Amino acid sequence: MDGDRASVLGSRVLRMEDHRLLTAGGTYVADLRVPELAGAAQVTFVRSPIAHALITGIDASVALGEPGVVAVLTGRDLGDLNGQAGQPMPEPLLATGRVRFVGEPVAMVITDGRYQGEDAAELVSVDYEPLAAVVGFGAALADETLLFPDTGSNVVATGGDEQGAGDAMFDGCDVVLGATFPNQRVAPVPLEVRGAAAAWADGRLTVWASTQNAQIARATISGRLAMDQAAVRVITPDVGGGFGAKIGTDRDAIAVAWAATRVGRPVCWSETRGENLVAMTHGRSQRQTVRIGGTRDGRILAYRLDFVQDLGAYPRGAYLASLTRLMTSGAYEIPRVRCGYQVVVTNTTPVDAYRGAGRPEATAAIERAVDMFAAEIGMDPAEVRRLNVVPPGSFPYTSPTGAVYDTGDYAAALDKVLAAAGYRDLRAEQARRRERGDTMQLGIGLSVYVEVTAGDHASGETGKVEVHEDGTVTVSTGSSPHGQGHATSWAMLVQEELGIPMADVTVVHGDTDVIPRGTGTYGSRSLQLGGAAVQKAAAAVREQARGLAAELAGATEAEMELDPRLGIWRVRGESGTELEWGKVAGQAGIEGLVADVLFVAKSPTFPFGAHVAVVEVDTETGKASLVRHVTVDDAGTLLNPLLAEGQRHGGIAQGAAQALVEEVLYDPDGNPLTATLADYATITATELPSFELVASQTPTAVNPLGAKGIGEAGTIGSTPAVQSAVIDAVAHLGVRHIDMPTTPQRVWAAISAAAISAARGGQ
Amino acid sequence: MIPAPFSYYRALSVDEALDLAAEHGEEAKFLAGGHSLLPLMKLRLALPEVVIDIGRLADLSHIRDAGDHITLGALTRHHDLEHSGLLARELPLLACAAGQVGDPQIRHRGTIGGSLAHADPASDLPAVVLALDATLVARGPSGTREIAAADFFGGLFETALEPDELLTEIRVPKPAAPRWSFQKFTKRAIDWAIVGVAVQGDAVALVNMGETPLRAAAVERALADGAAPRAAAALAAEGTRASADINATRDYREHLARVLVARGLQEAHARA
Ligand SMILES: Cc1cc2nc3c(=O)[nH]c(=O)nc-3n(C[C@H](O)[C@H](O)[C@H](O)COP(=O)(O)OP(=O)(O)OC[C@H]3O[C@@H](n4cnc5c(N)ncnc54)[C@H](O)[C@@H]3O)c2cc1C
Repeated sequence: MDGDRASVLGSRVLRMEDHRLLTAGGTYVADLRVPELAGAAQVTFVRSPIAHALITGIDASVALGEPGVVAVLTGRDLGDLNGQAGQPMPEPLLATGRVRFVGEPVAMVITDGRYQGEDAAELVSVDYEPLAAVVGFGAALADETLLFPDTGSNVVATGGDEQGAGDAMFDGCDVVLGATFPNQRVAPVPLEVRGAAAAWADGRLTVWASTQNAQIARATISGRLAMDQAAVRVITPDVGGGFGAKIGTDRDAIAVAWAATRVGRPVCWSETRGENLVAMTHGRSQRQTVRIGGTRDGRILAYRLDFVQDLGAYPRGAYLASLTRLMTSGAYEIPRVRCGYQVVVTNTTPVDAYRGAGRPEATAAIERAVDMFAAEIGMDPAEVRRLNVVPPGSFPYTSPTGAVYDTGDYAAALDKVLAAAGYRDLRAEQARRRERGDTMQLGIGLSVYVEVTAGDHASGETGKVEVHEDGTVTVSTGSSPHGQGHATSWAMLVQEELGIPMADVTVVHGDTDVIPRGTGTYGSRSLQLGGAAVQKAAAAVREQARGLAAELAGATEAEMELDPRLGIWRVRGESGTELEWGKVAGQAGIEGLVADVLFVAKSPTFPFGAHVAVVEVDTETGKASLVRHVTVDDAGTLLNPLLAEGQRHGGIAQGAAQALVEEVLYDPDGNPLTATLADYATITATELPSFELVASQTPTAVNPLGAKGIGEAGTIGSTPAVQSAVIDAVAHLGVRHIDMPTTPQRVWAAISAAAISAARGGQ
Repeated sequence: MIPAPFSYYRALSVDEALDLAAEHGEEAKFLAGGHSLLPLMKLRLALPEVVIDIGRLADLSHIRDAGDHITLGALTRHHDLEHSGLLARELPLLACAAGQVGDPQIRHRGTIGGSLAHADPASDLPAVVLALDATLVARGPSGTREIAAADFFGGLFETALEPDELLTEIRVPKPAAPRWSFQKFTKRAIDWAIVGVAVQGDAVALVNMGETPLRAAAVERALADGAAPRAAAALAAEGTRASADINATRDYREHLARVLVARGLQEAHARA
């Protein structure tokens, strides 16, 4: 960059998108009033009320006679497009023959009005012949009832090290401990539920979808509907949250898109919250068995994780297990590490990516194991962590499962967070309360984590920067935001490179006709790939502009300088030669002043951090309250600390929610027990303290911004810290473990069980 | 999440509401704050063919000092109970409990009459009026009748009201003793009580320990016999029929009842 001035990078710039979102409001799929959707019909899905059954007949004759009913479409109408021929466990768009979870789409009712659809859907008569339901890990592995009889097993895949084998890895350990616990199923609950609209005209299908990635959605829709990619256009209006569950698109939206080609009218679909809780993918759902061994003086020598990943009814999320395996040993340098897994299907809602996608599971398992090890040898859990984390001089560090951690200083993160939390004082306060036998006990939980972001670095991301003749800029990004604040970040990068004020920068995303190439927002990849692409494109535009400005000024390129404060070109040292950006852009002629970059990083990045959670547990009722949460979340160089903090806040809250209250439940027949927001207990502001965020920036060399991902880190660090704090609060009563979520009843039961076993022991 | 079709009438007077109810009988439901009825309709668990909106009957919304008792209009919102100076002085238990119903949005819509008529055992106000020995006033085609709170709650979501009867007023005697406490145990602030306890003087009532709100009779007897609060509280689960759900087993509810009654008695005592 020519000249010098205060850089906008690294400053707390307010979000440019908030004014519109908070005043006028966003335009989500359900709000669309575009001419292409004029006269659109409404789609209502008929969903299976039974977890596992054969469909022996569908009779829509009564429904078809109802007012406003345009059509009732089933899998039969889809014909060959319905199945996933050739797949061992095919997931049809609309169930035919068999339903595999409550909420599975069976038919679509197309009506003039939305309410008519709800009424008519009740009148579509589907005959089900119920089958035994496969619910839970045991039932899945037992293989007595099969979801896909042709495959012979509910096990989709096994991977990693052989289960149970390798006991010799614990040779030489003074202490070996093991435990089995769930990493429970949770629901993503985005504020905006799923929705899609579609119009079919002149052989082209336009789909408006609430998705994290328009381009992936286009590929999936065109692939499933056997259409040319070019014949499908996907547009994402504002998207109200996704958390991984809106990556690409799922069957419901594809079926909606297809319906537009059938009914001679555009169609709209916006699901209800009740549908969202049973038919949008869920997250997590692993049963983990950990084994940890080490010396009495605190060295961890061996660790193994064996887990079963429940994918629900269809194996969309089969890749999740490999992400868990990749991060098995977490932030620790452990000589012997193994991980093996089995991936199974069950008669429940499909499980797929959810904030962290595979990595929180790995972190939760090892952090729990480390805590158990510390408790067993009677060493402070902070001390055990300090002894065993990967030392600062070892980066890049190749983990036993093959992850290459780029940069980090885990012990420093731990020390920082302990200092900020006042760890010693907290332990002293805890000791006083224990001494007094207070009803309200204090618990302190730690986690040290490392995670992987931009795991799919090789697909890269696109960024296009164009300066117009009026001096304004349009940025086209392949990275569709759904709450993250890309418009602000991308504008900051442009202002930095070109000196054009952020207010003159418009960020365009999520329209595959405008931005045909792109990957989208997930896996905490946006800034490090999409942002880097924008920065490179802006820099390329600047160098093009230098030549154009030189032409205009009749000078050489080397003589031209950009005043980054004013956004003005001039011949160095010569006043009166000023050229505004618009003028320079005009000189570019028909070609335009534009650069389009695909940035591909050569590896993923590994953000890291440490959390301290402080809870109070009412030992009479078992209720745990999070009273403090202190974190170091190091995501490399921060472009905008305010946005990074926003990501941390949301992440910490969602992670704490898994530790404390959230859980999707089914009865033994596969009926969902948490299908409304009265039963599915999302965490709210009243259950959370004000988070204490400690700054830490360790740059990566993997991308020019020095940035790692921050979207999921908070979730990954907070869940184990909060769970551990709850257990710690009652550890002196003899409690060693409490499953998540640590609900009042669970905590009370753990205290009661410990009291009983203490009484027995005392006899 | 979208209710089945229904006809909507807005009553402009109590008489009109009663006429409409008489006309439509069992098919009709009164709509007050809508925060219990509408969720059930949206889940299609309630399918009334006719909804009679009584939400604008302003003469049913009041809090008055009537000498030895307080009268409350059935349409008085939780928010108004929570913030009434009169209640803060005379019936702090009711004001406190109303302030813990759901969240502020719910308290601005929900009414005491709706809460009592709905008779959800997990709701707070039914147990509170039971502890306060309130009298409920209902109007029907054949006139007005008074029902003691103890006779009002018949079973799960069942009351002594006939379908064509409107709850118009709640009369609450001013308590003799200033000792009171409201203990509500929830997973999250917004939730219904897993278990709740209302204490007024020597009266103790339980939320969510059976199909109806219950008086903790064994506790009250023990207190009357001079038992210490802790010892009395140990009897809190006697005679209860708590259900099990995703939040709590019956055992855990019984345990909570004992803990919360002990806390309630202690807090009430501290206020004396
Ligand atoms: C998210 C949520 C959380 C909540 N949390 C709590 C809580 O923590 N504690 C709690 O106690 N409650 C809670 N509630 C319920 C709330 O208090 C309701 O407002 C109340 O139970 C019903 O009052 P309403 O005026 O809304 O009644 P409506 O929903 O309008 O009516 C309920 C029933 O009562 C009948 N009815 C209403 N008024 C009369 C009348 N005057 N005469 C005869 N019949 C009548 C109706 O016909 C209907 O059957 C919650 C509700 C929601 C939605």
